[in-house]
Amino acid sequence: MALYRAHVLVCKGTGCKSSGAAPVYDALKEEITRRGLDKEVMLVETGCHGMCEMGPIVVVYPEGSLYCRVTADDVAEIVEEHLYKGRLVQRLLYTTPEDKVKIPHYRDIPFYKKQFRIALRNCGYINPDNIEEYIARDGYVALAKALTAMDPEDVLAEVKTSGLRGRGGGGFPTGLKWEFCRRAKGDKKYVICNADEGDPGAFMDRSILEGDPHALIEGMMLGAYAIGADEGYIYCRAEYPLAIKRLGVAMAQCTEYGLLGDNIMGTDFSFHLHVKEGAGAFVCGEETALMASIEGERGMPRPRPPFPANKGLWGKPSNINNVETWANVPSIIREGGEWFASIGTEKSKGTKVFALTGKVNNTGLVEVPMGTTIREIVFDMGGGILNGRKFKAVQIGGPSGGCLTEEHLDLPVNYESLTAAGAIMGSGGLVVMDEDTCMVDVARFFLEFTQRESCGKCVPCREGTKQMLLTLEKITSGKGKMKDLETLEELALMVKEMSLCGLGQTAPNPVLTTLRYFRDEYEAHIKDKKCPAKACSALISFVIDAEKCRKCGICAKNCPVDCIAGDRNTPYVIDQERCIKCGTCLEVCPFQAVSKV
Amino acid sequence: MKIKSLEDLRKIKESSKDLTSARSGGATRVIIGMGTCGIAAGAREVMTAVLEELDKRGLRDVAVETTGCIGMCQKEPLLDVIRPGEPRITYGDVTPADVVRIIGEHLVGGKVVEDKVIGQTD
Ligand SMILES: Cc1cc2nc3c(=O)[nH]c(=O)nc-3n(C[C@H](O)[C@H](O)[C@H](O)COP(=O)(O)O)c2cc1C
Repeated sequence: MALYRAHVLVCKGTGCKSSGAAPVYDALKEEITRRGLDKEVMLVETGCHGMCEMGPIVVVYPEGSLYCRVTADDVAEIVEEHLYKGRLVQRLLYTTPEDKVKIPHYRDIPFYKKQFRIALRNCGYINPDNIEEYIARDGYVALAKALTAMDPEDVLAEVKTSGLRGRGGGGFPTGLKWEFCRRAKGDKKYVICNADEGDPGAFMDRSILEGDPHALIEGMMLGAYAIGADEGYIYCRAEYPLAIKRLGVAMAQCTEYGLLGDNIMGTDFSFHLHVKEGAGAFVCGEETALMASIEGERGMPRPRPPFPANKGLWGKPSNINNVETWANVPSIIREGGEWFASIGTEKSKGTKVFALTGKVNNTGLVEVPMGTTIREIVFDMGGGILNGRKFKAVQIGGPSGGCLTEEHLDLPVNYESLTAAGAIMGSGGLVVMDEDTCMVDVARFFLEFTQRESCGKCVPCREGTKQMLLTLEKITSGKGKMKDLETLEELALMVKEMSLCGLGQTAPNPVLTTLRYFRDEYEAHIKDKKCPAKACSALISFVIDAEKCRKCGICAKNCPVDCIAGDRNTPYVIDQERCIKCGTCLEVCPFQAVSKV
Repeated sequence: MKIKSLEDLRKIKESSKDLTSARSGGATRVIIGMGTCGIAAGAREVMTAVLEELDKRGLRDVAVETTGCIGMCQKEPLLDVIRPGEPRITYGDVTPADVVRIIGEHLVGGKVVEDKVIGQTD
């Protein structure tokens, strides 16, 4: 094999692909060949780097330079300057938002500096479609070690020592869960991967599926070996076509290399794996509903016990874990449980991937040791609030998580600390909100999601979430009464307590936390009929300051409902009756004469 | 090929190591001046010679980098060798024939090719 002095990595994850990575890749291929560099420069497609905001991302090694928002037009310059002449293309380097410093090395970018990657260790670094790149990075070493030198009990013990807990939401100790399934009686057992990833805004599982599918497969095999299962299912939502494609490629390669099938590596361990596509209902991410869906039944949860470990898929003992949970397992077996347990906090070991979104400068995926503070994530890695606005809250844990405030910024994140504050780790969604966000509206927004996704099987969730949503809509439209707050709280606690599955049990979290930390905003909506963040359209109006109005008429011309009147001699006025509060006039006025009150 | 043992896996790992080795930033580095001056003086040929020699010797953990003009145009092609923990040695007027010596004697053997050295930095 020829020696390539330089590697050009083009991210072809879903994020970068949608921002235009494919034409960049094609242009690079053409230009590298045209310049006669194709024998010394290797072009590689990779999965996600996490900094999707800056995509399409191109990384050039050995220097490790990361280029942002690359277009096909930039390609000639990258090839000429960097690959040919060895000069970095300064204008494409990452620039810090505050002091505009250009950062030449990938690892020095603040977004990456504090990261500690276990689950994402290969994402953006290897070509996910090439099993040999995974093997070059110690892939399948853990499996070989387990099959040749460890008993299933040893593997189990190692995972228990590691302290790994479920990354799918609940945080249940993984080793213990495996042990229940191993001890369960049954001639046939299954391992299942939950790749439903239903939380809006979360995409860490997709990133692993697309960027390092072998890590997941190896993790599942280790679990199957420890438990005594010979068959596995990956339940992946059909909205993840690239993930499903990459899984298919990875599985075919495993079969070709004898890593899937009968008598793996010449031992008597056999493992068969299937991918099942889900139709994307949020509730199908709940484990019992998920198994019903694999069986071809309607995806609805059932009461537990019996737990899946005893009676799971097709009534057989089954172990279900989340993608990120599985992806941590190979490193644990390879490096040892003690090593993993040395990272993180007392009760939350290892790392967690967060999907950082909202009003923050750097959005994307960050993997940090458990115990990292929200401040470090939002300000150091996320680069602070967009447009220099003021931080207001973070919504953590997806639609069933909670909203935390400034006073929680120094909270070290782990399962216990988040639950105590009223939020949850959930899948690791982290939405940053600034002073323009109305917390009542946020609660309404998330509840609207969970209410719509409620499967309807149990009454508290079906009816309770509906009534809560109606109450919130009443408040945001200015028709709320103080008594509604009591009703809301009562309903929330009832739904939390009485619902059959995690969906209902957690759906009230955004309402309860906002009531707890932002009660004054609710009261302002009800008592003063005002939305302090000026976000709820029913409680605001747009007005034109007659002093500032220069009578140009641009607002009237752009108003979609023709409700602004005036002429060259009279200042323009908005007819409040007909105004739909779209805000167009405010945007187009060249003299800042329009304001929101 | 089917992986039947730990040994088989090791073999694949060994043969695929250089698939990703350039990405881990090898400990030993060779840096070639690729400014307009360098290219005019024959840096491309030097680059090709470096890659061929490394390939011939099966040296996979060496990072081959390029750099722009450093202002010593009359000495181009320039080639730097950095071995871990040792000073950076700059060679000048490098020809493809010199490359074979520099890699053999210095990069592998640890003995600087004195007659071609034009500078040293720590
Ligand atoms: C409504 C609902 C949706 C869920 N969605 C997901 C999901 O998308 N992905 C996931 O891994 N777990 C999801 N879960 C959690 C699973 O039920 C289960 O706890 C998890 O897959 C166990 O894996 P872990 O122990 O590795 O976290 C959901 C739970 C509920 C109640």
